[in-house]
Amino acid sequence: MLVLATGNPSRGDDALGPLLAERLEDAALAGVEVLVDFQLQIEHALDLEGRRCVIFVDAGTGTPAPYQWCDVEPVADFRHTTHALSPGAVLATCLRCVDGPLPRARSLCVRGESFQLGAPLSAAASRHLELAWIALHEACEAAAGAGAA
Amino acid sequence: MTENGTTDAGVMLETATGTGLRRVAIDPLSRVEGHGKVTLLLDADDHVQQARLHIVEFRGFEKFIQGRPYWEVPVMVQRLCGICPVSHHLAAAKACDMIVGAPVLTPTAEKIRRLMHYGQMLQSHALHFFHLSSPDLLFGFDSDAARRNIVGVAAAHPELARRGVLLRKLGQEVIRMTCGKRIHGTGAIPGGVNRSLTQAERQELRARLPEAIDWSQQAVHLVRRLFEHNLDVYRQFATFAANSLCLTRADGAMDLYHGGLRARDADGGVLLEAADYGEYWEHILEEVKPWSYMKFPFLRRLGPERGWYRVGPLSRVTGCDFIPTPRANAERLEFLAFDSGSAARSTLGFHWARMIEMLHAAEVIADLVEDDDVSGSELVIRGTRAHRGVGVIEAPRGTLIHHYRVDENDMVVRANLIVSTTHNNQSMNVAIREVARRYLDGRTLTEGLLNHIEVAIRAFDPCLSCATHALGQMPLAVELVAVDGTIVDHRTRF
Repeated sequence: MLVLATGNPSRGDDALGPLLAERLEDAALAGVEVLVDFQLQIEHALDLEGRRCVIFVDAGTGTPAPYQWCDVEPVADFRHTTHALSPGAVLATCLRCVDGPLPRARSLCVRGESFQLGAPLSAAASRHLELAWIALHEACEAAAGAGAA
Repeated sequence: MTENGTTDAGVMLETATGTGLRRVAIDPLSRVEGHGKVTLLLDADDHVQQARLHIVEFRGFEKFIQGRPYWEVPVMVQRLCGICPVSHHLAAAKACDMIVGAPVLTPTAEKIRRLMHYGQMLQSHALHFFHLSSPDLLFGFDSDAARRNIVGVAAAHPELARRGVLLRKLGQEVIRMTCGKRIHGTGAIPGGVNRSLTQAERQELRARLPEAIDWSQQAVHLVRRLFEHNLDVYRQFATFAANSLCLTRADGAMDLYHGGLRARDADGGVLLEAADYGEYWEHILEEVKPWSYMKFPFLRRLGPERGWYRVGPLSRVTGCDFIPTPRANAERLEFLAFDSGSAARSTLGFHWARMIEMLHAAEVIADLVEDDDVSGSELVIRGTRAHRGVGVIEAPRGTLIHHYRVDENDMVVRANLIVSTTHNNQSMNVAIREVARRYLDGRTLTEGLLNHIEVAIRAFDPCLSCATHALGQMPLAVELVAVDGTIVDHRTRF
């Protein structure tokens, strides 16, 4: 399985994704690959090729605290003023441009509060990080175990 | 005038207070990524008099950098922008070269940096054309916005979409090999680089480049066909006369990594030739306007009214004397000659020029991969320490300037960055004005007008991203505001 975390470590709570990815890399779970990037782009569709499942991890401002799990379906919800893609748009790109079945996809969106350049992680986001880490770790262990079985 | 080159010019018409103009606001809302907003100022007869594009620029980057040791800067600045971190990395590294007294690098260091830069150019231009602009161009400006994306392209032209993704991926691979990592790389350091390519890495790239060059050239031909099939529209769409600015090599060749500043007027007349960018403030000043966070650069010798200019692929392809790779240079000559030069004067000519540059980037990468210097071991040099460094590079969207001052303790005490989108500020305003004058119908904001404004802005490929994002919605909200502040029309596009 793949965990694809996005965010800018130097923009306050946008670091939530990279911080969770860092912990997951340190945990070194068998069968779990971790990728980190600033934001989702079209080439990430190629990273989904041959995967059984993928978890997108990101910070969000409007999401319920401390975090929210959602299933991700391919959708062409391309934004008008950004170069970045949503998880659904990456799946949609994968569906069209990559051979083989799509992986099962979920997103873990962790509530952030402040995204200023150079700002540290906010107190609220630090609390959300701890809770989200438990959830992410359990999900990865379960998925990796299911894959091994 | 300061070294920073900033001046506070007069308010002029832009405030529109008391002028009897009515405002039409087109406002993409976002939470944290950065956002753009378009305001159209109408006169009493509902004719568009001015256009204002408001973009929330990188805010706070000087503070972010100040107080840090200079050698950290090339890595730190990658976090300013998630779209072109490599361009910031290299511009900062070039500035730091001056600080460590290494204006000329070892052959290995310079070629590795060039490889990194042309990899960035390849992936950025591929992303822009296949993901952002080709849907507009292939389906038409008035087509359903839900279709105008790479999935729509993939549905109608699956091979084209796949090539776009793979070209983007190849550029990212070049960056990974030269930077050491896919993101947050540390390849360029003050005075050189910290790695060179292995034979295995060169072989991996070598195998993929012939296809990439062919695909890039076919993309150039695709844009040409689009021009041929829509000549009347492409000729006049957002077209206006502008000065241009770019770096060129000493012999006039296109050079996206290093060179002197060259500025031309709309007729090709020389305004600036081989100017030393180490003292760019002698040639470029920045005007502040009260309605915009973004400054308005202009050529000092012409002043703010006449001195604004355009940067990026169109300025570079038309501004150089030749492109030093054979296929791209042949395509440049075709581009300049097309329809008596109309494509080279058109705002949509950006797309054609961008694909010529993508082809050039693929050719340069192929040449560098065959050069044994990229596997060399002499990576860093140092010379006489200085307290000021200026690094300029031609980033995918245009000229990018990094300027730092450091103290005796190696700490950055001052930073000034002029990014490509800022250079193009006034040009984008003029392009939007020209589109709005043609397509705004009375007091109604139509989907068609929004589409055309988006197409005009997208031609410049402005970077509205600040390397941050979050899951959620980013609607496009449109407001029509009367002179008395009353909202007479409102439209939101999700």
